[in-house]
Amino acid sequence: MSKTITIDGKTIPFEEGQTIMDAAMAAGVYIPHLCHQPEFTPHGSCKLCTVKVNGRNCSACTYPAMDGQDVLNETKELVDDRKKITQMLFVEGNHFCPSCEKTGNCQLQAVAYHLNMLDNHFPLFYPDREVDASHAEVMIDHNRCIFCALCVRASQQTDGKDVFTLSGRGIHKHLVVNAQSGLLKDTDIDATDRAAHICPTGAILIKRTGYQVPIGERIYDHKQIDQVALETEHLKHGE
Amino acid sequence: MKQFIQGIVGNNHQATHLLQILRQIQSRYHYIPEAAIEQLSGLLNIPRTQIIGVVEFYSFFHLTPRGQYELLISDSITDHMLGKKNLLDYLENKLGVAVGEVRADGVVSLDNTSCTGMCDQGPAGLVNGYALTRLDRSGIDKIAALINQQKPLSEWPSELFQVDDNIYKPGLLLNQQLEQGAALRAVLQRGIKETLTEIDKSGLRGRGGAGFKTAIKWQFCSEEQQAERYAVCNADEGEPGTFKDRVLLNALADQVFEGMTVCAAIIGAKQGFLYLRGEYLHLYDKLQNILDRRRRNGLLGSNILDAGWDFDIEICLGAGAYICGEESALIESLEGKAGIPRNRPPYPVTQGYLGKPTVVNNVETFLAAAGIAVNGGDWFAGIGTEKSKGTKILSISGDCARPGIYEYPFGVTIQTILHDCGADDVLGVQVGGPSGSFISDQEFERKLAFEDLATGGSFIIFNTSRNILDMVHNFTDFFAHESCGFCTPCRVGTSLLKKQMDKIVEGHGSAGDVVALEELCQLVKNYSHCGLGQTAANPILTTLERYPDLYQSRLKEISYEPGFDLDGALETARRMANRDDAGAHLAQIEANEHE
Ligand SMILES: Cc1cc2nc3c(=O)[nH]c(=O)nc-3n(C[C@H](O)[C@H](O)[C@H](O)COP(=O)(O)O)c2cc1C
Ligand code: SF4
Ligand code: SF4
Ligand code: FES
Repeated sequence: MSKTITIDGKTIPFEEGQTIMDAAMAAGVYIPHLCHQPEFTPHGSCKLCTVKVNGRNCSACTYPAMDGQDVLNETKELVDDRKKITQMLFVEGNHFCPSCEKTGNCQLQAVAYHLNMLDNHFPLFYPDREVDASHAEVMIDHNRCIFCALCVRASQQTDGKDVFTLSGRGIHKHLVVNAQSGLLKDTDIDATDRAAHICPTGAILIKRTGYQVPIGERIYDHKQIDQVALETEHLKHGE
Repeated sequence: MKQFIQGIVGNNHQATHLLQILRQIQSRYHYIPEAAIEQLSGLLNIPRTQIIGVVEFYSFFHLTPRGQYELLISDSITDHMLGKKNLLDYLENKLGVAVGEVRADGVVSLDNTSCTGMCDQGPAGLVNGYALTRLDRSGIDKIAALINQQKPLSEWPSELFQVDDNIYKPGLLLNQQLEQGAALRAVLQRGIKETLTEIDKSGLRGRGGAGFKTAIKWQFCSEEQQAERYAVCNADEGEPGTFKDRVLLNALADQVFEGMTVCAAIIGAKQGFLYLRGEYLHLYDKLQNILDRRRRNGLLGSNILDAGWDFDIEICLGAGAYICGEESALIESLEGKAGIPRNRPPYPVTQGYLGKPTVVNNVETFLAAAGIAVNGGDWFAGIGTEKSKGTKILSISGDCARPGIYEYPFGVTIQTILHDCGADDVLGVQVGGPSGSFISDQEFERKLAFEDLATGGSFIIFNTSRNILDMVHNFTDFFAHESCGFCTPCRVGTSLLKKQMDKIVEGHGSAGDVVALEELCQLVKNYSHCGLGQTAANPILTTLERYPDLYQSRLKEISYEPGFDLDGALETARRMANRDDAGAHLAQIEANEHE
């Protein structure tokens, strides 16, 4: 007999080695997430995917599925708290969605809509961060970085490079690139790299492609992020 | 510089040594120069970003030059209680350098640092990593003169660096005199399995705070199907108010190393590490000498006691990061990386150092294990309470006549401890450090034990002249400063807590702010990745629970105070309109007038 867990009362099968996130996504159950993409080693840092496993909070993207686990996902408490965690990500950086090229394609924004986030709730930090437009084809707007490390992992695990790393401690966490000048133009990144396309927010953008898809026709303009994630990420799984 | 770096790297091109290499570069050049990063990247074959990531993580590394004398003053609440603020002002004046800055001539830099583990003999500091104790004005005069004359540290008077043990109440462990090698011979005599049985019988639980049963941890590790295993002693001791591990390593290092060696025999480890917090650099040479002597005496190294038993211990120094006390962050740091806690499972007992099964234990846990190996489990289990066997060594500081080290059987009441150390007029006690809880004067009958008040050993006493909110403010700043920044709830949450506390302490809080504060506390506590974030709100939560009026009294009687002064912003308009009547002011001021 195959092993199962339950998520909000629904029985879900899993295979040995799968995380709760893997099992859920395969079964068509969406658990909000930002720092996780199935093609890379889970990071477990954004904490948006927090679920209650047998009464304890765990990160679904890193926590192994084990036979008989009773997982809670869509409770009011978890949804409310995920919203607050998302609000934390907003106030920590500078996210002016209406003026961001990523609007409508941004996972941070889409998760916020999904969680019914209507305000920032917390005071804004207004950090002083830079824009690195030095590279001919790729740019980084540090104002929008949420430290998910997807670009770090994509560069290492898919591109076989080491273009990015997260440096600093605490609230001073920041993204650095692999060049003595500290500028993207002096790294070996290519616009075709996976790392240049993985950013869930508008922090890493490809130049001269802006607004090619008009606002109103973008990924999350007509579909919620849960539906998009289940359609696209599940397909990618096990590729 | 090329040669210097080549020299310290030597033939050992393993990136695991990065932290230790950077320590030496920082010590020599007072920063990590760009050329060093470039060279290390080549020598160790790691990307430069990895090196920068490490440099920017640890408080003691810098990408820009610090002074030839890097002066750091401890920011523990106990230092503040001993007049740190005044001293720091005096120091700034004397040296002509502001906190956080390097003097224009590059000779000296001054900054704050998290608790240096000298709470029984503060105000304390560090100069080029070496502990300074009992700072006062005359000491500062001396230090300023020595720095201005640019005297090497070796020529500074030794009393500036004097660190006392201050053991006031020894008990089962502190009184124990073990002949060198006694625990090792006992293991050989009794047998390895049988020794684990004794550890199990003793009921020993980890002394670092979490209280996991030591025998079970060792057994889990020993059962892993791996050729290599590691035994690690956690001497990071970063919890403000804790300094007992410093004393244990100064007074009883042999027994601690012996405990590690017993552990190694049981789990099958050939290599061990002592992870020593950078603040205890003053112990480094002494501990190395003890290890050398143990090797010479056949108690460490290869073929221990001629029994074909191999085990050695390497000392690794930290570089200023409280999070490295968390066991998986400690392992990352041992591997030469930033101390970011790992995802669990897997736990260190299955995948620890370099992915191999690893036991991490507190200094005191190993000390107890050595005693148990010699005396048997009953010796230990006969003392303490049902669920908490043996004794606990406390670091007592704050408002009392005799701050220092005290050892008690578990189950001792707070009242007894306060009496013994000469504490009068006590308002409350912070048990277990900032991550523990604040106990009010209504609770002094409570007991130290895992089943009541668990503690890693920090015990800070506050008398009635103290302001609790100052303490909470200090602790909250500490967590925000020490958060590793990996996970959202702690990275952003501890900074939000800090902002919120600033707002309340400065009198800008409004009634809604306490509710918001508590809500935020719960979020940080329930969603953070590791113990740091999970306990970072404890200072607020435990005092809010006991003294709600204290917080309320700082709040204005209005329901919302904006981040900026709305009424103030209207001042120009009022002047231009030549009005100053009530109608020209905003409603929040009217609300205040009803007070
Ligand atoms: C933020 C943080 C800091 C810690 N600091 C220490 C420390 O300085 N020393 C220590 O022994 N344990 C510390 N711990 C606990 C360790 O993670 C671990 O539980 C302990 O070293 C295990 O040893 P024990 O079983 O002997 O207590 C810390 C935990 C956290 C979350
Ligand atoms: S730049 Fe984008 S992908 Fe990289 S860490 Fe920041 S948010 Fe994540
Ligand atoms: S709780 Fe804090 S210290 Fe722990 S992983 Fe998260 S950010 Fe780092
Ligand atoms: S998706 Fe699991 S922690 Fe970010």
